[in-house]
This record gives sequence, structure tokens and C-alpha cells, in this order.
Amino acid sequence: MTSISEDSDKEKVRSVSVDLNNDASLIIDIPDALCERDKVKFTIHVKTTISSFQKPAFSVPRQHEDFIWLHDTIVETEEYAGLIIPPAPPKPDFEGPREKMHKLGEGESSMTKEEYAKMKQELEAEYLAVFKKTVQVHEVFLQRLSSHPIFRKDRNFQIFLEYDQDLSVRRKNAKEMFGGFFKNMVKSADEVLISGVKEVDEFFEQEKTFLLDYSSKIKDATAKAEKMTRSHKNVADDYNHISGALNHTAADNNTAFKKHLEKSAEVFEKLRKLEDRVASDQELKLTELLRYYTRDIQAAKDLLYRRARALADYENSNKALDKARLKGKDIAQAEENQKKSLQKFDKLSESGKKELTSFKARRVVAFRKNLIEMTELEIKHAKNSMSLLQGTIEILNSN
Amino acid sequence: MSEERGSSAQTEEDEDLFVSAMESPEAARLSAEDLSPSSNGPRDDDPDDLFAEATEEVSLDSPERQPILSDGPSPAITPVSISPRVDVFDRSPDLDEEEEENRDTFDIQISVSDPEKVGDGMNAFMVYKVTTKTSLSIFSRDEVCVKRRFSDFLGLHSKLASKYMHMGFIVPPAPEKSIVGMTKVKVGKEDLSSVEFVEKRRSALERYLLRTVKHPALLKDPDVLQFLESSELPRAVSTQALSGAGILRMVNKAADAVNKMTIKMNESDAWFEEKQQQFENLDVQLRKLHVSVESLVCHRKELSVNTALFAKSAAMLGNSEDHTALSRALSQLAEVEEKIEQLHQEQANADFYLISELLGDYVRLITAVRGVFDQRMKTWGKWQDAQLMLQRKREAEAKLQYASKPEKLQQARDEIREWEGKVQHGERDFEQISRNIRREVGQFEKERVKDFRVVIMKYLESLVHSQQQLIKYWEAFLPEAKAIA
Repeated sequence: MTSISEDSDKEKVRSVSVDLNNDASLIIDIPDALCERDKVKFTIHVKTTISSFQKPAFSVPRQHEDFIWLHDTIVETEEYAGLIIPPAPPKPDFEGPREKMHKLGEGESSMTKEEYAKMKQELEAEYLAVFKKTVQVHEVFLQRLSSHPIFRKDRNFQIFLEYDQDLSVRRKNAKEMFGGFFKNMVKSADEVLISGVKEVDEFFEQEKTFLLDYSSKIKDATAKAEKMTRSHKNVADDYNHISGALNHTAADNNTAFKKHLEKSAEVFEKLRKLEDRVASDQELKLTELLRYYTRDIQAAKDLLYRRARALADYENSNKALDKARLKGKDIAQAEENQKKSLQKFDKLSESGKKELTSFKARRVVAFRKNLIEMTELEIKHAKNSMSLLQGTIEILNSN
Repeated sequence: MSEERGSSAQTEEDEDLFVSAMESPEAARLSAEDLSPSSNGPRDDDPDDLFAEATEEVSLDSPERQPILSDGPSPAITPVSISPRVDVFDRSPDLDEEEEENRDTFDIQISVSDPEKVGDGMNAFMVYKVTTKTSLSIFSRDEVCVKRRFSDFLGLHSKLASKYMHMGFIVPPAPEKSIVGMTKVKVGKEDLSSVEFVEKRRSALERYLLRTVKHPALLKDPDVLQFLESSELPRAVSTQALSGAGILRMVNKAADAVNKMTIKMNESDAWFEEKQQQFENLDVQLRKLHVSVESLVCHRKELSVNTALFAKSAAMLGNSEDHTALSRALSQLAEVEEKIEQLHQEQANADFYLISELLGDYVRLITAVRGVFDQRMKTWGKWQDAQLMLQRKREAEAKLQYASKPEKLQQARDEIREWEGKVQHGERDFEQISRNIRREVGQFEKERVKDFRVVIMKYLESLVHSQQQLIKYWEAFLPEAKAIA
């Protein structure tokens, strides 16, 4: 069981989307989380001045599946068709640390005590990193909802925040009702439908071109960033092994050289820590940023898709009206349908425009913040490395 | 056995495994048949010659045999003066102070450069320029350039090994052969991996020569001088057997042969036992370290490749981005990452050439050191065998005392004298090799410590340089990131 409290790290961690808690009337954060085997229990903390909530400040425990339920109900809600729905947080993935733990258990007999302790330390650090990431991404999801004028009023959102008992019953009911059908529909055909729409509106035409292209590029960039981070981690791992091997060699040598080797082993150990930090900071600032916006871009595409559907529906309703007029039957009904479809389409277009514009602003701000922070951290780590290395060189020279 | 030899009966038994005649490289031919393990036991038809199978033709004229044989005929072959080399062999355990100093401050620079491909197809080979700059008097000129090919280096090593290893000298091993690597070069692939291969080999050959001349005996060896100076070099034949791996195989076979004869050496000198254990441990440790460093090189190269891929992807993302300032920043990020990729590549080269190759060299050197210890054991074995034989002869003589066969008795007495001489030689050889090994190992340890110190320092400096560059690149990017508006 591991738990973290991240008061000091909050500023650093909450980096992917910016300033989501700027409205004091509803402040949400996840100060604590517990990992029990496979399940992560998040502690949601709410502070609010909104009267519809029963208490001004309270906490509830929630599981990942509860977040998914909340996301799905929002997606299924017709009224929100014209909004960009904040992407669902991905399932917590402890596969990496778990694999390492397995390796640790297997190799325990063949390792020295120091090596074992070191690997254990690494393992804990990795666990913590995964932990931080998953807490961040769940927190941001809730904050996106709380900072949105429409979503924050959603009834299910309120239930999620307030309901002081297990949500699993509700989750089951929801699954039975929707069965994820709508979601699947959206995913499969969006590209085709979106690109097939004859766009009159300049704004949406541009957005469509941009989003389709950007979505594939950002997906690719995310994948490449992941590979880069993994290579960094491998290098850090190698430093670790080299340090161990140097220590072994030092054991057998005469005194003057022994100290030399031990100092070198030490330097590699420290370099490893630094390289690890570089890798995890890069991951948090760059890779996570790209990952998040890949999902967000998909959410924006979903909006375009829904609008395209609405347009198609409107065009169909026009055709049906013409047909009805020709036949002279059910004209009133057809007219009603046509009016409704047009209304829906217009509503989607209007809110869609607003959403997409604020989306771009949000994206730019987030990229800026993260790129700056990443760069500053890279500089910091490089400076630390340099002073470590120079210090070591001086010591070795004076021997 | 030998065609050219003096009249002295003592020259008959020449059971050294590694021997060469000075004049003809051909005599250095040590074919695998000579050392087949299957026939290493003593043969009945020649009881005196315990190592008949493993014998090579010897020419008594080889000058280095002089100090070992007390009454050999004086050699008269090579034009190179013999006296300095005789000095090296015939001495007390402590090397001359002067010689020691010369080791540390010797003035010779060797570089291997300008690899050139000669010929086409499978018969092609690379030729390297070997430049020697020195003020030492044994060289005929201050600066000499010669062209050598890889098999020439192997040939040199085989000669040196066969001359000096049996005396306990640690002869630096030659670089490994590589069929795959060379085939690519021969076939004419001008790709990155062939270029890297040639550079790796060039560097290895240079290190090999530098290590070889660091050894004062080897530096003065006529074969070494000839290698460095003469414009024409007779082609080394059968270099298959003469490659570093080949020599090591022979050393190992020798060790096996010794073991097979169940020599249980009574080690009276704890120093040797200690050292042998030490080198065994060092072997394991260095191999482990080498593996870790090779892994580092591999991963750093991967990091470089992945950084390049990310840079391209970031550039494409920047192109796609419709917010102008962000688009620009992403393009700048791509440029920074490209520069960093280059940095990683350079660092990987430093990882490799500074540390990984050095460790590889030392792993091979240690095998040579252990081989030398095995030689000592073999020498001890010969001495013991001689003692046994002497005892047998004495017993035979005692028996003949009561039989009335005066000629046989005389022969027996002659044989006893002969074997008494051999026992003396055996003991002297053993003491000699023990002395030499002590000295060689002492020197080896000193060099090893020095080498590692220097390399670690250089490596740390390369890391410092990388970090400096990283700071530079990121500090240049920071304002670009801040400029996003």
C-alpha cells in the first residue's frame, strides 16, 4: 500500500492544464491517494461556496471506474453535444514498476545487499512517478469539469463529488442502459464523416483541416517522446550497473586506486539519479503534455463529428420535408423535424465555435507553461551534473 | 629435429612450445597440429623428449637462447646489436633503475592512420599508415612512415609471443580478427557500419603498437623495429593461427596440456598464488564492467536515434500547429533536439572509445597475464620431470653396477651427467621465469592503474563537455518558449 500527499508538489504536478482552479466557488483537488494492489483509491477534496452542495468542504473516496462512469454519462448527455468533453483519465498503469518488482524478487539471491537496496529504491521512485502521473490526470479531469460553466452544474458531477457512498451500483445501471454503444459509434466513423462534410463556414473548415492533421502529428510526437524517455531511463540504468561493477572492482585493489575507483562508482551513482530525474521530468512535462493533448484533440474531433452528424441530420430532414411536400403527407411533422434539426445544428455550431476557440487558447497556454518548465528543469539538472562532475574531477586530480 | 645446430648435446632437447628463428618468418609457423591435445602424453619411442609433439624446429642461432644455454655456440645472424637485449634477460630481479625510468618517460610516438582499401572484392584488404616519431637511438630515423596491413600486425604479435611468452613476458595481444566486419569492407559497402568498423580497428591497432613499445624488451626487438621502420615486410603466413585468438587458444591448450599431465605444483611462493587469484578476480570484474559499458554505449546510441526521431516529429507538429508563436517554438524545440541528438552520438563515441575499448583491451591483456603464469607452471613441470628422470637414471646406474656391462655403465653415467645438467637448467629457467613474472606483473599493475586513472579522467571531462553543451542549447531555447503568446 502506498500513499502520497502532494502539498508541496501540487504546483509542479498540476501542469497539464493551467489555472483550472481559478474560480473560488468550486475548488477540487486530489490531495491523497492509496494504492491497494490493483486498485487506486483517490481522495477527492472539495471546497465550495455553491449552495446546492450540502457542505462547504468535504472529501470522498473514488475509484478510477467512478471517473469513467462520470465521463460516459456526460458523453451520453445530448445537451452537451456542442461542448468539448474533457477526455477520460487513462487507467492507472503500474505495469512497469510491477515488472521491476518481479525482477527484483527473482534476482534477489544473485544480488549483493547494496544492489538490492538500490534496486528497491529505484522501484519505489518509479512507483511514485506512476502514482503522481495518474493522480494528476484524474485531478485535471475533475478540474476541467469544475471550471466549465456548464459542466460544473451537471447533476451527475455533483453526485460524483458528494455521494457519500459507493458509486458502483450506479455504475452498473449506467452500463446496462447505454452499453457504450454511442461511444463506439463515435469512434469508428469520425474521420470519414468529418472530412466528407461540405463546409460553408470558414471557421469550421479551417478547424477541420487543422484538427485532422494535428491529431495524427501529435499522436506520433507522443510516441516518439515516449521512446526518447525510455532510452534516457535505460542510460540511467546502465550508470547504475557500472557503478556497481566499479565498486566490485574497487574491493580488490590497492588503497590509492581503490579510492579512485570508489569515487568513480559514486559519481556514476549520482549521475544515475540525475539522469533519472531528467527522464522523469521530461516525461511529466513533455510526454504527459503531448499525451493529454492527443486525448483532448480527440475530444475536439468528437465535437466536430457530432456537429457533422447534426448537419447530416439537418440535410436529411430537408430532403424529408421536400418529399413530404411532394407527397402532401405529414408536412407539419416534417417541418417540425426540419426546424429542430436546424436548431440543433445551429446550437452546436455556436457553442462549438466558442469551445474550439477557448480550446486553442488553453492549449497554447499549457504548451507554453510546460515547455518553459521543462527547459528550466533541463538547465537545472545539467548544471547540477556539471558541478558534480567538476567536483569529482578536482578530487580525483588532487589524489 | 633441428637442422642447424651445434654439436653440443644440450641443444637437443628443445621442448619449448613457442620458438622462432630470427631470419625466417616461416619458422614461426605454429600449426595447430603441433598442439593437438590428443597426443600430449609422453611417447614411448622418445622418452627424453616429453614434449615431442609440441616441439617446433629451433635454430640454435636464435640469439635469445644464449643466456639460457650456458655453452651454446655464439650466434651470428642479425645485424641488430644483440647486447641491449641480452641485458634485459640476464639480470637480477630488480630492473635497472634507469630502465624503469625509461619506461615511464620514453620518447616515442606512434600513430596508425589513413586507412586505404587496396584491391577489389574478396581479395581486397585495408592498408594503414604507421608513423613513428622518436628520438631513441635504436631507430635509424627521427620519423618513419610505413604501410602495413592487418595480417602484418598479427604476424608481429605471433613472433613476439613465440619469443617472449615462455620467458614470462607479458606480450600485449593483437586486436581480434573480424570476418563479418572485414567482409563488409571488402564488398565495398561504404555505409556507416563499415566506416565505424575501420575506425575501430585503426584505433585498436594504434593502441596495440603503443602498448607493445612500452615494454622495453619488445621495443628493442628486431622484429618490432623492422615492423616500424622497413618499407617492405615479408608477408606473415598462416595468420589464421596467429591472430590474438589463435595465440590465446594455444596458450590455453598449453595450460590444458600441463594439467593433463597432472602437475600439482607445490607453490612455495605465496606471492604467485595470491597474484593468480587476484587476476582471476580481476578478469571476472572487468568482464562485468565491460558488459555494462557496452550496454551503455548501445542505449546511448538508441537515445540519439530516438531523439532524432522526436525532433522530426516535433518539427512536423510545429508545421501543423496553427498558432503562429507556438508553431515557431515547436520548430525551435525540434532544432534543439537535433543538436542534442548529435551530442548523444558524440557521447556514445566517447563511451565506446575511451572506456569500452580500453576494458576490452584489458580483458585480453589479463588473459595474456594468466597465460604467463601458466607458462611458469609448465616450466616448473619440466624441471620436475627432469628431476624424476635424473632419479631414474641414477637408479638404472645403480642397478648396472652389479651387471658386468662396462659400456652400458659408462653410458648410464653419461646420461646421469646429462640429466644433472638438465635439472640445473630446469631450475634456472624456473627461477628466471619467476623473476621475470614478478617484474612484469609489477609493471603491469602500475600501467593498469595509470591507464584507468587517465581514462576515467578523460571520460568525466567528456561528460562535463556534454552537460555544458546541453546548458547552452536549453538556455538558448528558454526565451523562445517564453515568447509564446
